[in-house]
Amino acid sequence: MGEVVWTTLRLAGLTTVLLLILATPIAWWLARRRAWWKEVVAAVTTLPIILPPSVLGFYLLIAIAPQSPLMAPLHAFGVRTLAFTFQGLVIGSMVYSLPFAVQPIRNAFEAMGARPMEVAATLRASPIDAFFTVALPLARRGFLTAAILVFAHTIGEFGVVLMIGGAIPGKTEVISVRIYQLVESLQYGEAHRLAAGVVVFSFLALLGLLLVDRRTDEAVR
Amino acid sequence: MSARPTKDVGGRFCGTVGGFRLDAEFNLAPSGITALSGPSGSGKTTLLRCMAGLTRLPGSLYVGDEVWQDPHKFVEPHRRAVGVVFQEASLLAHLSVRGNLTYGAKRTSARAEIGFADTVELLGLAPLLTRSVANLSGGERQRVALGRALLSQPRLLLMDEPLSSLDAGSKAEILPYLERLHRSLAIPALYISHDAGEIARLADRVLHMREGKIVPADAVKAMEPTLAGLDSEARDRLALAAIRAGLQP
Repeated sequence: MGEVVWTTLRLAGLTTVLLLILATPIAWWLARRRAWWKEVVAAVTTLPIILPPSVLGFYLLIAIAPQSPLMAPLHAFGVRTLAFTFQGLVIGSMVYSLPFAVQPIRNAFEAMGARPMEVAATLRASPIDAFFTVALPLARRGFLTAAILVFAHTIGEFGVVLMIGGAIPGKTEVISVRIYQLVESLQYGEAHRLAAGVVVFSFLALLGLLLVDRRTDEAVR
Repeated sequence: MSARPTKDVGGRFCGTVGGFRLDAEFNLAPSGITALSGPSGSGKTTLLRCMAGLTRLPGSLYVGDEVWQDPHKFVEPHRRAVGVVFQEASLLAHLSVRGNLTYGAKRTSARAEIGFADTVELLGLAPLLTRSVANLSGGERQRVALGRALLSQPRLLLMDEPLSSLDAGSKAEILPYLERLHRSLAIPALYISHDAGEIARLADRVLHMREGKIVPADAVKAMEPTLAGLDSEARDRLALAAIRAGLQP
């Protein structure tokens, strides 16, 4: 049981870190552009929220399968497929949770408005300098929200990991899938312990989120 | 604060932004405060933003011996030695008062002609330095914003109605600081305001703006007796009508 918890936490942690890095430029671009067609990009990045996990998992499986053109460049490095691997799971989780990272960060950038960046420019900060010393610190609440949401969402994902992970113990078997298997084999006692753990964890994550919101609200006032 | 030799600031911006037509030619005295006055929507802020490089319109801008903009060149805002005080103080909320004051100072390569201690003294900022900007009054915020702009060692100081968002009490509190600044300022400054009292106390000369154009002061002055009985809104309407009709002083 320790193994499956460790795999789950490792997956959630890695997904969170990588996704925050990936989502930041997307969110910045979405927050700053005025063109209407940026909403097309916004819709694509939000799609994982409403797609059934099985649909997402199906296409992800095809994308990381040995025959996939996306995999072709990796063949040179001896990687034929990412299906049923931990790395594949990380990529799948990132796609699955992308909206939960982009949306809060975009909101934070939009709430900040254009003024702080203008102020920084009039104080000799180059755009890159201003991004790191003004925009990122001012949007820290959005980043914290995104981190908590992505981490919790990844712990809770089931459909996608089942489709592309294959539940290999120690590699791709995570808590949600283990619970499913335990219930199938009528091991309710074990299932209870894991399930209750997820409920408590999810509650604490949400509580943390609300407390973060509250504290930053006060700090802003 | 020591004197810095600067020649004048001049230029012209001509173009359309958001459906508004700006065609303004201007000249600022090499030092001292030039007020820019005119009704709301006459393009004062747009002109100021063009000078800071925050809004880009075709035109030219010369500051002393430097070209900040001409048909072949546009100097990015962060490469202009400009200090801007916005209508709202716009302090950086994640930094302390000291952090705000030193943000620009750290990033300028110019020699520190305007010293930290002098600025803190001039604007009475010493008791505020370690405070968070969240707990400052309106007047205190604008003093920090002004100090922050000065410490970035500007060659041109731009102030966009820095007092208009303040209540009467805060205004009364900050005006003496601005007067002291006026006496010690060795660089050209543009001060947008439509408050005649402020202008009289702070400005050495006044530029008037109507419908995106700088108009001669006489055009406004000559009409004063006729207009004495009217409120400012009616006066502005009349002035606009006169300019539209092509009236020249």
